[in-house]
Amino acid sequence: MSEQLRIVIVGVGGQGVLSAAKNIGGAMLEAGHSVVMSEVHGMAQRGGVVVCNICIGDLDSSLIGDGQADIILSFEPIEAYRALNLANKDTVIISNMAAVIPVTASIGEMKYPDLDDIFAAISEVNSNFIKLEATELAKEAGTALAANTVMLGALAATGKLPISADELKKYMLSKVPPKTVEMNEKAFGMGMDCK
Amino acid sequence: MSMHPVLDKDVNKKIFLLGNEAIVRGALEAGLDIAAAYPGTPSSEIGNTFDLMGDDAGVYFEYSTNEKVAMEVAAAGSACNLRAMTFMKHVGLNVAADAYMTIAYTGVRGGMMIVCADDPSCHSSQNEQDNRYYARLANIPMLEPSSCNEAKEMTRQGFDLSEEIELPILLRTTTRINHMRGSVELGPLVPSKGKGYFDKDPGRFVTIPAHARTGHINLLKRMEKAMEISENSPFNKVIDLGGDEIGIVASGAAYNYVIDYMKSNGIKGKVLKLGMSHPVPVKKCADFMASVKKIIVAEEGEPLLENDLIKIAYQNEMNIKIYGKNTSHFSRRNEYSPDTIKEGLGKLLGIPVVENKLVPREVELPTRPPSLCPGCPHRHTYHALKKALGQKFKEAIYSTDIGCYTLGIQSPLNSADFLLCMGSSVDAAGGFSKATDQPVLAFLGDSTFFHSGIHGLINAVWNEHKFVYTILDNRTTAMTGHQPNPGMGRRGGGAPSKGSDIEEVVRGCGVEFIRVVDPNDIKATTEVYKEALAYDGLAVVITKRACALLEVREWKKDGTYTPYQVDQEKCKKCKVCISTFACPAIELDNDGVISINEEYCNGCSVCVQVCPFDAIGAVNKEVV
Repeated sequence: MSEQLRIVIVGVGGQGVLSAAKNIGGAMLEAGHSVVMSEVHGMAQRGGVVVCNICIGDLDSSLIGDGQADIILSFEPIEAYRALNLANKDTVIISNMAAVIPVTASIGEMKYPDLDDIFAAISEVNSNFIKLEATELAKEAGTALAANTVMLGALAATGKLPISADELKKYMLSKVPPKTVEMNEKAFGMGMDCK
Repeated sequence: MSMHPVLDKDVNKKIFLLGNEAIVRGALEAGLDIAAAYPGTPSSEIGNTFDLMGDDAGVYFEYSTNEKVAMEVAAAGSACNLRAMTFMKHVGLNVAADAYMTIAYTGVRGGMMIVCADDPSCHSSQNEQDNRYYARLANIPMLEPSSCNEAKEMTRQGFDLSEEIELPILLRTTTRINHMRGSVELGPLVPSKGKGYFDKDPGRFVTIPAHARTGHINLLKRMEKAMEISENSPFNKVIDLGGDEIGIVASGAAYNYVIDYMKSNGIKGKVLKLGMSHPVPVKKCADFMASVKKIIVAEEGEPLLENDLIKIAYQNEMNIKIYGKNTSHFSRRNEYSPDTIKEGLGKLLGIPVVENKLVPREVELPTRPPSLCPGCPHRHTYHALKKALGQKFKEAIYSTDIGCYTLGIQSPLNSADFLLCMGSSVDAAGGFSKATDQPVLAFLGDSTFFHSGIHGLINAVWNEHKFVYTILDNRTTAMTGHQPNPGMGRRGGGAPSKGSDIEEVVRGCGVEFIRVVDPNDIKATTEVYKEALAYDGLAVVITKRACALLEVREWKKDGTYTPYQVDQEKCKKCKVCISTFACPAIELDNDGVISINEEYCNGCSVCVQVCPFDAIGAVNKEVV
């Protein structure tokens, strides 16, 4: 029986949360681990909050309860804050620093908070919080769309996964369009170097 | 194109499949012959999988115009001795219910699976009805999977059961099962038999009253057989974790949370997992209740198993306490989670709930509801119409429908006032036009028009209703994942098809005022709406423009994609682009600077028409 590990991936519809989750889950399964995950399809994919759960080990549940997450990988800073109920003090929280402003904020109905305040509020309750300029790094690698690959690299670098960074990278590269392999490899490496 | 993973021939291998893909695999391992469906989340990826596989699947698959049509296509296949399947979201079964109820009377020849996907928590739906009632309503056997592998196995074995009992089998899933991804153990694929043959038997298949009365007798007999099967079904099993203090009866996704909670907390007890949950195996349940001191029922939705167990306990003169929704330990609302079970079971078993979740200091966050995408032509339609309405916008009734365009409800468009179900836009608009003197507007998409927008149109013509009926023709079924519809020139599986032209259908229904306009031309669309609003009668406006997600994909492929940007020198910060248009790619920062996020811009250029100061233009790649 393999050890249990629960990973939450959050972000905004259209950011590639789902493909990142599929890559992690798929790589785990390929390495012989038992995996069950929950995906989001449908209305939320139109710019709403997207939460995917990956449960590794001897588990039947595909959802992660309050305080149960071992890792939270957030593609957007306020969504990391919003998912904190799933984390405990030992949870490793990795968040992209690039804001995605919801329409409710851009039309002035609500306010997008000051990010330094968000980061401070997370750090106050969790000492394993890693901030990452994933979008900026992805642009450097070739396109902002590769931010999810940078995030995968950062996840692999935590050493918390039961598979090696190379195994995850190899699996991910086998799933991307052939002409983007080089760029994704670079983005993954940049994520790994952030640790 | 490589072969779809669902068609993997490598038997005994475990592959990673979505619950919906697992259902397809199960059907292909059962020798499926014919499948028909209308897309609906959370069932959509079943159809998407058939669509992607195309001819490779070796079965007949069609997207039908609605769930009732699909149900009847499948029923005909079964009557020809073919293995048939139809699948839909929970409310789709309301549409198909007329046919569904009577298929129980005729029974089936070839195995027939009806997959219905419930959506507790209304992730993508207008209600969270519990379709397990439908198994009881029609008296049709039901299977409820808890995992991807079980979804595959229940589908595969369901076809055998269906032929043995001679009734269709309802495979009832929930969003969590449809959108769960897990490992599935592959069995051999069984090729389709191809065409069947219909042996006439009017006494069975023509449900005139005399035959229907016999059909009901046959149905009751068949359900006796189903009960025998349920009593011995391996899908109804006891998991013994020791002790006889507590017995938990669970089904579907709730079972997963129960078993993980018990294992991780070292709780002793017995769990009766009901996978064939209709008919409920009465004897098995009575034996289970006799083996423990108290019963806890963990089921999402309505207290159906719970009420059945209360009845079984009464009939067997058992004095056992049954806890669940009737005792307020569990909710009838929302999908369950590990937390629901932790709280409910914790309370019942006297296990203190240890809270280790982080509670950070409060920072107010903006909500992030789903919204129309950057470049979405629906936004442009609503924007132009609002301009044409002017002051009348406030009193105008927006009778909307099911699709992406429902997202027009968000500020600042505020373009949705009334919605019940598929097709309700046009039907209710007719009612509003007779019940009030307010301006009445109906909105529905191209796919919804073919699903249920035509009979309301004929009704409106016939009864001389006066309203403006907008068909937002974005050349796809966008919300559920871009499935084809009859107006697109192709069928499910990819084959070309002439289909039906919306404008011709509308004209054929007797409508005299019809305008077709590109909503990305705001001025022209506004003019069309002014004319339509002034017209004394039923006015149909077809706003025709491909979904922005599909359009931008093409532009990026052929190299014509250009994002847009704000010229900060020309921008007067009037915020018209934000306060009236609100494309998610247009961002306003805390200093009041407006810019376009190039990453999200789909290059539709419509904001150029919206800006009163000519401050938006194409990004000149060479300058940047």
